[in-house]
Amino acid sequence: MDPTTENFKTNVRKAIADNNLSIALSKLSEGFPAQRSKAVNRLPEFEDLRDQAREIKEHVLKNLDFYLEKFESRVLESGGKVHWCRSAAEARSTILRITRAVGAKTVTKSKSMIGEEISINEHLEQHGIEPVETDLGEYIIQLRNEKPSHIIAPAIHLTMKQVANTFRKKHLHLAPERSLNKPRELLEEARDELRQKFLCADVGLTGANMLIAETGSIVLVTNEGNADLTYSLPKTHIAIASLEKIVPTLEDASTILRVLARSATGQEMSVYTTFCTGPKRSDDLDGPENFHIVIIDNGRSDMLGGEFNDMLMCIRCGACLNHCPVYKVIGGHAYGWVYSGPMGATLIPNLIGIDKSHHLAHASTLCGKCEEVCPMRIQLPRMLRSWRQLYFERHRVTSISRQLLKIWSFLATWPSLYRFVFSIIIAALVSISRKRGRFKKMPFFSKWTKNFDLPVPEGGTFIDRWNRRKQL
Amino acid sequence: MSEARDEIFAQVRAAISKNLDATLESSQSRFAEAKNRINDHPVNLVPARGRLGKKARVDLFIREAERVNATVVRVSGLSLVPREVVKFLTNNNLPMLLKVSPETSEKRIAWKNQTLLKVSEGRADGKDFSSFSLAYAGVAETGTLVVLSGRKSPTTLNFLPPCQICMVYASHILGSYEEVWARLRDSSKNDGSNVFLPRNVNWITGPSRTADIEQTILLGAHGPQRLHVVIIDD
Repeated sequence: MDPTTENFKTNVRKAIADNNLSIALSKLSEGFPAQRSKAVNRLPEFEDLRDQAREIKEHVLKNLDFYLEKFESRVLESGGKVHWCRSAAEARSTILRITRAVGAKTVTKSKSMIGEEISINEHLEQHGIEPVETDLGEYIIQLRNEKPSHIIAPAIHLTMKQVANTFRKKHLHLAPERSLNKPRELLEEARDELRQKFLCADVGLTGANMLIAETGSIVLVTNEGNADLTYSLPKTHIAIASLEKIVPTLEDASTILRVLARSATGQEMSVYTTFCTGPKRSDDLDGPENFHIVIIDNGRSDMLGGEFNDMLMCIRCGACLNHCPVYKVIGGHAYGWVYSGPMGATLIPNLIGIDKSHHLAHASTLCGKCEEVCPMRIQLPRMLRSWRQLYFERHRVTSISRQLLKIWSFLATWPSLYRFVFSIIIAALVSISRKRGRFKKMPFFSKWTKNFDLPVPEGGTFIDRWNRRKQL
Repeated sequence: MSEARDEIFAQVRAAISKNLDATLESSQSRFAEAKNRINDHPVNLVPARGRLGKKARVDLFIREAERVNATVVRVSGLSLVPREVVKFLTNNNLPMLLKVSPETSEKRIAWKNQTLLKVSEGRADGKDFSSFSLAYAGVAETGTLVVLSGRKSPTTLNFLPPCQICMVYASHILGSYEEVWARLRDSSKNDGSNVFLPRNVNWITGPSRTADIEQTILLGAHGPQRLHVVIIDD
């Protein structure tokens, strides 16, 4: 899937006009963020665990070559194979080669963001191999030919009705008059459809939440159990991961797991956390005979140690999306690629270049909520500002923007003048609004007022209010 | 492909020595800390609730497992297990069919006394209704079961049947995940192998679920809809 990040503005207009999307997204605030804060409150050590989780990743990045080599040798010892890929294209052809070598016709897949990043499904399809997404959300968007709109809840942009319509359109072998009015009915239908696929697949393709250097294990985290059916039933298990997913030991993985689910869905622990080491042992009763791990760079080594090094600590929990005031209004598709929200806006320019994706860094209020909830304390706002600056330095900005910035920076360096000018503007706005509290229309702000009312400033400038408080 | 490998490592090393660790020239001393970390695998912070005494530990395990929709029962000995399983299947209107892991048959559980129950042994085949297996350990912190794959404990039993019944000895309910790793490491010390983990170590915290349709939580996505834990007090 080619990124449409360049069309960000059009994407946003479409998103805001989409009624289904705003209904679907309206449930986000009561959902994940509320659950997260409950889980955090139940664990007094949570903040300390975040610090430790970050320290582990900082240490890993400084010793990345050591841990990758250690991991590789452990995988080989346990009977697995390791494949190194520089780019998305290399990863695609490696995976295709392995699936062809075992004569695969169908590949079951559990959710993998790196799989989305390298567009593995399209590649397999083009070469006559059927990829079957098995995570319920991924299954739904695969039927609809869409990208995930959230890194952990890929179908969060859809209402139940839309899912029902999709199932009716795609599951043509089922009775057309069947009832699909409850989430349970939709789940059962998807479960039945996928059951046979699990049992017949030739290859199971999974991502990896972590790679453990000490043991050569991969860690898989799901709630549905689909990853476990994906790797345990076919003869071949292929896992794909970008190279920064590595952690030193089982103990370090455990620390990160303590903050992962709590930050993501607010669960204390996801339902299924699995550690896979090599292929099945000779006398095991089930499990894959072949185990391959495909380790992908695709831009990560360029980020290492640089301004965006922090981003390599991301554990893909989705907390920054769930708490972002921009994401909550526009959803994930507007960002134009497989990643979205603050982590997407920070990561994407590293992968496809700032020229194609500069809008994303500007689509942020820099409110800081993302950094506040990030389990790895990644400085997302700082990096978004860096992208803005890099883009500003490299490109001509329209002369009107330049002029406005000049005026603003002039005012900002003369505080009393700044306060004087803005107190006049505020007073003017208040008097024009005639106490309605909001504007339906405003010159120069039509793009905003088309979809939202513009609130009238209340109570003067910040300094005015500060001084008034001090007098009290 | 080794060309790709070499290039990736060269790039990673260049980035580290340029930006992250320029002070340490020789890679020997550079890796000292990392080597120790792998060899000593130090335990990081374990929350207080993962460090309780034995009785409190089992109680916490039960509370946490029930919070995530598992059902839990305690029995005083192995001989009581068949009756307990039949009771559970009856109460939930489930067929009197059970696929058990060979590991549990070794424990000589007297299934035969339950004439209504039809017991078979082996891996899951997609047609089973309920499975019965043995957990290697329980983790009190989050009500998590730890199940290992092996020649007598097939992984599919934990995921394919819609109903999973799992027994765990009370003495194997530990405080934290770290204690489980320690136990696994100890038991492997004898054979001297670097590969001390079985193919799969499965942490199971409640029955399968999804929230992918309008964030409504539904149990029984692809894995079991029911998880019944039988604790054997020993």
